[in-house]
Amino acid sequence: MEKSMPDKDFKGMDRETLEKIAKKARSLIIKMVYSAKSGHPGGSLSIIDVLTYLYFNEMNVDPSDQNLSSRDRFIMSKGHASPALYSILALRGYFPSELLMDFRKINSKLEGHVHRGVPGVETSTGSLGQGLGIGVGMALAAKMDHNPYRVYVVLGDGEIEEGNVWESLMAGSKYGLNNLVAILDKNGVQLDGFTRDIMPMGNVAEKVKAFGWEVREFNGHDFDDIKSAFDFARSVKDRPVFLIANTVKGKGVSYMENNYKYHGSPPANDEEYERALREIEGI
Amino acid sequence: MRPAESLRETYGKKLVEIGHRKKDVVVLDADLSSSTKTSEFGKIFPDRFFNMGISEQSMVTAAAGLALAGKQAFVSTFAVFLMRTYEQIRQSVCYNNIDVKFVVTHAGITVGEDGATHQIVEDVGIMSGLPNMKVIVPADSIETASVIDYLVDKTKTPYYVRLTREKFPVVNDDSYKFKEGQNTVLRDGSDLTIFCNGSMVGFSLQAAEELKKQAIDTAVVNVSSIKPLDRSGIISYAKKTGHVVTAEEHSIYNGLGSRVSEVLSEEYPVPVVRVGMRDTFGKSGKSWELFDYFHMGIKDIVSAGIKSFREVNKYETIS
Repeated sequence: MEKSMPDKDFKGMDRETLEKIAKKARSLIIKMVYSAKSGHPGGSLSIIDVLTYLYFNEMNVDPSDQNLSSRDRFIMSKGHASPALYSILALRGYFPSELLMDFRKINSKLEGHVHRGVPGVETSTGSLGQGLGIGVGMALAAKMDHNPYRVYVVLGDGEIEEGNVWESLMAGSKYGLNNLVAILDKNGVQLDGFTRDIMPMGNVAEKVKAFGWEVREFNGHDFDDIKSAFDFARSVKDRPVFLIANTVKGKGVSYMENNYKYHGSPPANDEEYERALREIEGI
Repeated sequence: MRPAESLRETYGKKLVEIGHRKKDVVVLDADLSSSTKTSEFGKIFPDRFFNMGISEQSMVTAAAGLALAGKQAFVSTFAVFLMRTYEQIRQSVCYNNIDVKFVVTHAGITVGEDGATHQIVEDVGIMSGLPNMKVIVPADSIETASVIDYLVDKTKTPYYVRLTREKFPVVNDDSYKFKEGQNTVLRDGSDLTIFCNGSMVGFSLQAAEELKKQAIDTAVVNVSSIKPLDRSGIISYAKKTGHVVTAEEHSIYNGLGSRVSEVLSEEYPVPVVRVGMRDTFGKSGKSWELFDYFHMGIKDIVSAGIKSFREVNKYETIS
C-alpha cells in the first residue's frame, strides 16, 4: 500500500480565497490568449472555477514533488482549455506565471493544446474524446498497485459527442473504478454553435447513469456547490462518478458569455481586451 | 525448411513467459483474445489482462493511461481493426511517447477466406508515418519470440509488430537475436538482392533457388525492422549485387518496397522491381491461392528477379 500524501495547507480553503484565485486565473486566461492572438477563452472561462477547486482544495498534488506515485491525476480531456489548465498550474506553483505569456509561441513549452512537456501535466490532449480512456487506464493501474490516488478527467460538452467517450464509460463501469471522477463542463456551446443544435444529446445524466456511473449535477461556478459535488464523489464506493458541472461558456466576460464565436478566438482588439479584464476584476 | 507454429501462437506463449518475469506487463485485447492468443496470458494473469470488448478506441486510450501510470502495455487485436484507432495511437500514445506495444495479428492477405474486409495491406505504411513509432515485421516464430524479448527488456516507447494468422516456415537459426534497425542476410549472392520480410521471406528463399538455376546468384535479406530502417545494409547490398527486388505481403506503395526505393533513389540508384499488393483490396480464397492471384507467389518473385537483373544498372551508367 502506497502512503497517502499529507494534506496540504490548501485544504479547507474558504470560498472567498478560492474566488480570488479563480479571478486571477480568469485574468491570466485573457492575457494569455490576447498575447498569443489565438486560443480558446470560452471553454477555459467556463471550467476555471472547477479547476481552481480541484487544484487548491480537492486533489493531493505537490508541485515540489511532481513524480510522487501517489499523487492524484488530472486529465484535461478537452485539451483546447489549455489556458485554464496552464494558468491554474502556474498559480499553484508548478512554473512561473510569466511563462504564460509565451503561450503558443515558437520557443515555449506551452503548446496550443495541453502538452505533457509542461510541468504538472499528466498527458497531452487536444484531439477530443480520448482523456476519459486514459483516465480509465490510470485508474486501473492504481487498483493493480493498491495505490490510493484518484483520477479526475474534465470533459467538454461537445466532446461527449465522440464515441470514444461512451466506450470508456462502459470500461469504467465494467471495472468498478471508484477512484475515477469525470467532470462534464456543460456550457451548452461548441465551436459551431449551441450544442443542442449541433448534436442534441438529450438527458446526459440519464444516459450516463444507464452506463452504470453515479451521476450528480452541480453549479460549476459556485464553490459551495462544487465542494459538495466532489465530497459526494468521494462518498461513492462501488462505481465511477460522473459530475455534471452546469456552467456558462465565457463566464465572467459579458460579450463572451454563451457566444460560440469565443470558443476559439481571443478578444478582437485592445478595447475588447481591456473590457474583459475590467469585467473580470468587477465580478 | 521445417514447418513452425504460427507467429500468434508464439506470441501467446511468449506473453505468458514474460508475465512471470515482468510484473508491470499488462495486456489488452478487444474480444479477439482467443484468435490473437492473448487469452493464454489472461488465464494465468487475470488481474493484468483487460478484455475491453469490441471497443478499440477505449482499449488504446486505456493502454495509454496504464503506460502513463508506469505499466508496459501490450495491445492486441486484428491489424485491420487497430487502424480505426489511428488517431488515438497518434495523440495518446505516440505524442506522449509512452510504453505501449501494438502486437497485431491476422495482417495481410493470408487471413484468406475472411476476405477483403479483414485483409489489411496498408498498415505498415500507416504506422510508419507516425513520429516515435517503430515498426517490425517478423518472418518466423524464432524472430517473433526474439522481438518480444527485445521489446520487454530494452524498450519503453511505442512499437508496432505485425503478425499473421498462418503458419510459416522457420527461416532463422535457433540462435537468432533480433537487432533493431539491422537486416539479416539469410542467403548471400552477387547478382541480385531480394529484400523481403514477413511471410515473403520463405518464398524469397525458394525463389532464390529457382533464380540460381537460371544463373542469377541471389542474396536474400530479411528487413524485419521497417522503422528504423537499416539504410546502410540496403545500400551495401545494392552496391554488391547491382539489382534489387522487394517482396512483401503488403501494398508496394507505402511499405517495404517504398522504403527501399526511397533509400536507393537517394543514395545508390539501381533497378528495383517491387513484389506486393497493388492499389487494390484483397479477396476471399485460400492464402496460397491469393499469393498467385495477386502475383505475389514464388514464380512472381522469380520473374521480378529476372526483370531486375536484365535492367541496366542506372548508377553504373551515370558514373
